[in-house]
Amino acid sequence: MKVGLFIPCYIDQLYPKVAVATLELMEKLGLDVYYPTRQTCCGQPLANSGYSHLTYDIDELFTHNFESCDYVVSPSGSCTLHIKEHLHSYKNIGSAQHIKKHIYELVEFLTDVIKVENLKATFPYRVGLHQSCHGQRGLRLASMTERVEVSFSKPKHLLSMVNGLKLIDLTREDECCGFGGTFCVTEEAVSVRMGQDRVADHLNHKAQYITAADMSCLMHMQGILKRQNSNVQVIHIAEILNATL
Amino acid sequence: MKDHAQLAEAFNKDKERVTWHDETLWFVRTKRDKAAHKFAGWEQLRETASQIKNNVLSNLDSYLLQFEANAIKNGITVHWAKDAAQHNQIVLSLLQKHEINSLVKSKSMLTEECHLNEFLQHNGVEVIDTDLGERIVQFRNEPPSHIVLPAIHLKKEDVSDTFHEHLGTEKGNSDPQYLTEAARQHLRETFLTRKLALTGVNFAVAETGEFVVCTNEGNADMGAHLANLHIASMGLEKTIPRREDLGIFLNLLARSATGQPITTYSSHFKRPRNGQEMHIILVDNGRSIQLGRKDFRNSLKCIRCGACMNTCPVYRRSGGHSYHTAVAGPIGSILAPNLDMEKNKDLPFASTLCGSCTNVCPVKIDIHDQLYKWRQEIVKSGYSPKSKTIAMEAMSVSLSKPMVYDISGKALRFTLRYAPFVINNKLNPWYKQRDMPAAPENSFKKWYDENRNKKNDNE
Repeated sequence: MKVGLFIPCYIDQLYPKVAVATLELMEKLGLDVYYPTRQTCCGQPLANSGYSHLTYDIDELFTHNFESCDYVVSPSGSCTLHIKEHLHSYKNIGSAQHIKKHIYELVEFLTDVIKVENLKATFPYRVGLHQSCHGQRGLRLASMTERVEVSFSKPKHLLSMVNGLKLIDLTREDECCGFGGTFCVTEEAVSVRMGQDRVADHLNHKAQYITAADMSCLMHMQGILKRQNSNVQVIHIAEILNATL
Repeated sequence: MKDHAQLAEAFNKDKERVTWHDETLWFVRTKRDKAAHKFAGWEQLRETASQIKNNVLSNLDSYLLQFEANAIKNGITVHWAKDAAQHNQIVLSLLQKHEINSLVKSKSMLTEECHLNEFLQHNGVEVIDTDLGERIVQFRNEPPSHIVLPAIHLKKEDVSDTFHEHLGTEKGNSDPQYLTEAARQHLRETFLTRKLALTGVNFAVAETGEFVVCTNEGNADMGAHLANLHIASMGLEKTIPRREDLGIFLNLLARSATGQPITTYSSHFKRPRNGQEMHIILVDNGRSIQLGRKDFRNSLKCIRCGACMNTCPVYRRSGGHSYHTAVAGPIGSILAPNLDMEKNKDLPFASTLCGSCTNVCPVKIDIHDQLYKWRQEIVKSGYSPKSKTIAMEAMSVSLSKPMVYDISGKALRFTLRYAPFVINNKLNPWYKQRDMPAAPENSFKKWYDENRNKKNDNE
């Protein structure tokens, strides 16, 4: 089983540690990981801004990079969802279809495909889980409070396997943090306010770390925490699942 | 004209008010959740409602004709209005015919959409809104900020000031019971003296020719029962096939709107009483154009419950007026571009696409997907600023050419590390209230080359 690793652009450039943790974790689980070095981005920043017609070349590049893989895995729910919903290739229709069906966000790949039942990870801290919207509602990584459905959470299931980790409760367990891609700058006032409110919920419940399956939400909350001179850290879920003492 | 971002920024100047606005609407959302969870088969109810509405939209022409024929049989006069101007003219003609110069109106978002009040005022007609929230905003010369809770942007102290000015209540007395009683006395007087009542329509039943108006205050009933002339204005999409379908929609509407099991009054109007005239105006105003838009037609399923507004984290923190359109919030942002794309080009971008609206919607409108699609439409139609287009074209080149991408990424990290003042300044909206991430020296790609490259042969 050849598993392609897709590292979103901003993780590649700004949070390489998250990518390293993802790779190491997958290697630890015995996976044959393939990282195409000519990869860039999923194209979502353009498409969400209304410029999906400018993503054709990005899509072709993406398809070419991952066409030989059985699965593609990415440590981002948002980028995964974008590929799943919008990847399109004129040159290689079949490959693009295959990728759309076989791309997984890291958490769901671990719980649904390789069905991890235990992890040798230790992270002895109070952790707040931020449910990133695209992963939660788009990929269905967890049940949502709007729906009348049986409650479930794939990230919580994995975090429950981590030694010493204390998951805190939140007052609003699945409210958006306000990052929203270019929204974070075009609607700066509302974006920041949403982020401040989300961070406050975690702080009120005495989180030491805030984690999520999307680094973009965490980058936004990190920016707010730092501006508030808070000691609370953000950490991608891959880093926790890969953490040892 | 100010856009959503600018209006929202102004709203966010008063932090405490934003907190209060957010918490008030979140409370309504929580009440809705409780009501939905208590209802056995809620998701099935949503699905059924959605399918009924899909059927209506696919056969709207025949349902409308059926409704018209049955309404006429019942003694209702039916008018068709192509647009807002025709609708307003029909109302005015009826007023003139009966030599009436004032009317009472219960809540109707359609008349807000048609700007009926302004039109009638220009023609010397006095309009009294009888829904309490609407009356409050009417006194203040403001539009409603929410389709179900028109004055939700106001605190009781604001209402006290407004009533002191317009109704002569005690200055500083903001006891809700006292204020409500003052409004009650004032409205009772107008109900008794007005000859014309205008109401909205929640559902028009094709098989019977009757229409249903839902209110919590009974103001539509009081208006219609006391007036000699009852005009009901409805958008074409309010039609439902059968009376029994109401069992689906009435269960969904109030629960989704406020968490109540049902609205206090769900009044059926079928025929005029003796000596009364009853008119219904069927209004298109862009709806048939929307019906023709494949990606957006199912926005017409909306039953105007407002649940998408209450759940929307952006709406709760930007206020209804920031949407500068009759229907605010997520649903308004997918309806308004159909009416005027240029004027409302900012609205589909006033969202993080979190998807909560789609999942709370009682008739399963894919609201956040439509927001995404409107963004593409707006750009394609040339309503995106040139500067943004140039930036996006540059980004497209960088992201489709790995070498350009590597160099741009390196430049970004270098700048953040060694010349952060280039980025960390007031021209950067990110930096205004947030710190930038600390840039690492190397990208993951570089790390991979150095640590794993031997393992994979990429070329």
